[in-house]
Amino acid sequence: MSEALLQVAQLCVGHQQTVLIDNVSFELRKGDVLGVIGESGAGKSTLGLAVMGHYRGALRPLSGSITFQGETYHPRDACRLATQQGKRICYVAQSASAGFNPAFPLGSQVIEAACYHGVLTPEAAQEKMLQLFALLGLPYPVQFARRYPHQVSGGQLQRAMTAMALCSSPDLIVFDEPTTALDVTTQLDVLAAIRHAVKQTRTAALYISHDIAVVSQIADSLLVLRHGKQIEYGRTADILRSAAHPYTRALLNTRHPAPLPVAEHHAPVLELRDLTVGYGNGEPVISQLSLTLPRGQTYALVGESGSGKSTLARTLAGLQKPQSGELTLEGKALSFDCQQRTAQQRWQIQYIYQNADTALNPRHRVRELVGRNIMRRSGLHGAALKARLSQLLEQVELAPELADRFPSQLSGGQKQRVAIARALAAEPEILICDEPTSALDPLVAQGVLALFRQLQQSAGLTLLFITHDIATVRSIAHSVAVMHRGKLVRQGLRETVLTPPFDDYTARLLQAEPTLEPGWLASALKVPSPEHPLSLQEILT
Amino acid sequence: MKSLFSSVSAVTGAFLLILFVFASLAAPWIAPYDARQISGEIWQPMSAAHWLGTDNLGRDLFSRLLSGARLTLSFAFVISVMATLAGTLLSFLAVSVGGAVEGILSRLNDLFMSLPSLIIALVALAVLPQTNSTLIVVLAAIGATRVYRLGYSLASHILATDYMEAAKLAGESHAYRVIREMLPNARFPLLAEWGMQFSASILFISTLSFIGLGIQPPAADWGAIVRENKDGILFGVSAAFYPAIAISLLVIAVNLLVDALSRKLQQQEDQ
Repeated sequence: MSEALLQVAQLCVGHQQTVLIDNVSFELRKGDVLGVIGESGAGKSTLGLAVMGHYRGALRPLSGSITFQGETYHPRDACRLATQQGKRICYVAQSASAGFNPAFPLGSQVIEAACYHGVLTPEAAQEKMLQLFALLGLPYPVQFARRYPHQVSGGQLQRAMTAMALCSSPDLIVFDEPTTALDVTTQLDVLAAIRHAVKQTRTAALYISHDIAVVSQIADSLLVLRHGKQIEYGRTADILRSAAHPYTRALLNTRHPAPLPVAEHHAPVLELRDLTVGYGNGEPVISQLSLTLPRGQTYALVGESGSGKSTLARTLAGLQKPQSGELTLEGKALSFDCQQRTAQQRWQIQYIYQNADTALNPRHRVRELVGRNIMRRSGLHGAALKARLSQLLEQVELAPELADRFPSQLSGGQKQRVAIARALAAEPEILICDEPTSALDPLVAQGVLALFRQLQQSAGLTLLFITHDIATVRSIAHSVAVMHRGKLVRQGLRETVLTPPFDDYTARLLQAEPTLEPGWLASALKVPSPEHPLSLQEILT
Repeated sequence: MKSLFSSVSAVTGAFLLILFVFASLAAPWIAPYDARQISGEIWQPMSAAHWLGTDNLGRDLFSRLLSGARLTLSFAFVISVMATLAGTLLSFLAVSVGGAVEGILSRLNDLFMSLPSLIIALVALAVLPQTNSTLIVVLAAIGATRVYRLGYSLASHILATDYMEAAKLAGESHAYRVIREMLPNARFPLLAEWGMQFSASILFISTLSFIGLGIQPPAADWGAIVRENKDGILFGVSAAFYPAIAISLLVIAVNLLVDALSRKLQQQEDQ
């Protein structure tokens, strides 16, 4: 093999006493992909940008060196590396929708950097772009180039951004979580397109992600970061087989949740019949949907974004007025408007938001956030209220001392636990959870899921658990419903729903779930994807 | 608070404001003459006896400025507090309740904002009895329309958050939602707006007093003192300039402080 294209040696990045990247070393050969894994705040993006000679805010390289194409850059001249940006090194950002200018067509933006840096003439760039669009599996390349960012889907936009990066034929591309914001099925397409394009063009890539399963599919070697320190570095296959560090092993194990006891038959607590919900005069988001929540069980609702999962949850919570439908709670009719419900009914159904950041008032302390519900629900005051508060915080595995903190002084997982404690203070019957773990890091999410499982079993709660992640379903649900375009395409006990024969959509959804098995990406592509007329496979054959 | 006063402009603003407030509070003790008694010839230049000279009737100008400061500052304070409170509460209530209440309040506010505020003030003060309380209420109402606009946009943003929805789901009352959930999240921009209202009120009262519709004689605020002495400008008498300079310095001082406050808030938000 050729010698290293990029060599990073003992790199430290930080500002004064704060060190964000601490002594990281790795090398990357031409055509290879290095996966960088870590939770949020681990320094992944900082490392990705450092490789491009870019440092955010007051950050500066402190020591170490970066060697790119035989030329070594030391801390004092590290920013000189930035002259390679757009020519030899390109970048693909996490949110493609924020990366494109909404006022210009995609085509002009894709070729802009290559033309600006004089790598290609506009005509040559145009031709290259059309080839790249085809390579990345984008339908009708010529028409696609004329579209504006808002006229294409998120997955297509992410591929257009990859085309933008590939257009200057760079030697190195930094991918910063390119599929994190996408649905599982879309992620599959984008991932396959990226891998194929990178292999075809023999471009080296630094692929940053928090999902070890995704990275393991695309990377030749892996670098695991934690708190800015490199804790594991080696060939992907070796790390998957025998990870040395306990943190890496824990990351790998998040994909293998413990099995749940088999569900028994239970009486229904909430029944929904023939629900139709629409916004404005458009086509209904949910049509003729019926659903029964069995008491004391976890009912998972799984589907892609836009399938109507959240709309369904909000309708049940009483936040969205439907066009038609009937709802009963414990056999009695329940209003679709939360203001019309009795206090008792309101306490019985509690809602957990996806983002605890926005669900907790930033100006209230934990004491007030949780205490307010205790006071209103049980009428407790003074010492009794304090005791109940401590008990609830302990129940969600939080230290009682945290009661005096504001949400901004808590971590993401702690915030979600406070939100759960607030719901528990209402002594509910049903918890509606709208993707409560999807904004959390894998290990933190695992802890919160375990808490849900334990609460459900100990308190006999009924959980409606909305998620897009099949792994979550496996670890928590007794029953499952698969939602697609406002309809339940499949529902029943977990074992029944997740065993073949499948309908087309469920099969696609299950296949799209990233796994750690080496051949997953290739096998997943064999499932037809009806929404993308020109799939990667068709181009390849 | 420490970082608020780390800039030169904020310190200057605070120093000037404190000086004015102190001067107005201590006016009876530091004023060399009775502000309403004639104590010399008219339009005397600066001298040891009359530090800033005398006015159009021969009263000591420095003493008059001190008593004017009391009026200007206290009126501006009361008007800006009333305007900020009324505008904030009405806008937050409108957003929280929604429906017809929101529609009617917002359209009424649009109506008032579409007319020049000086015209509204002239008509209202001409029709209503000429008392200080009328003046305060009219100016506070005009100021409140501006605060309403800001409060409405702040409240709309806050209402769209998940925590407001959670409060609704929990069945909290409108009063609780507005006072405990929404207002604490809007306090800094509203505080800055109160500062802006304060300086706008100083200018507005001075303007009205200058055209004779504001504070009525024998009491005189700075605007009124400018009017009394404006004819002297034709004869090269600078008596009208001192109250004008005082007005400018006070407004600049308040604006410097508000600017420093907003910068600090921006920094906080960036973090």
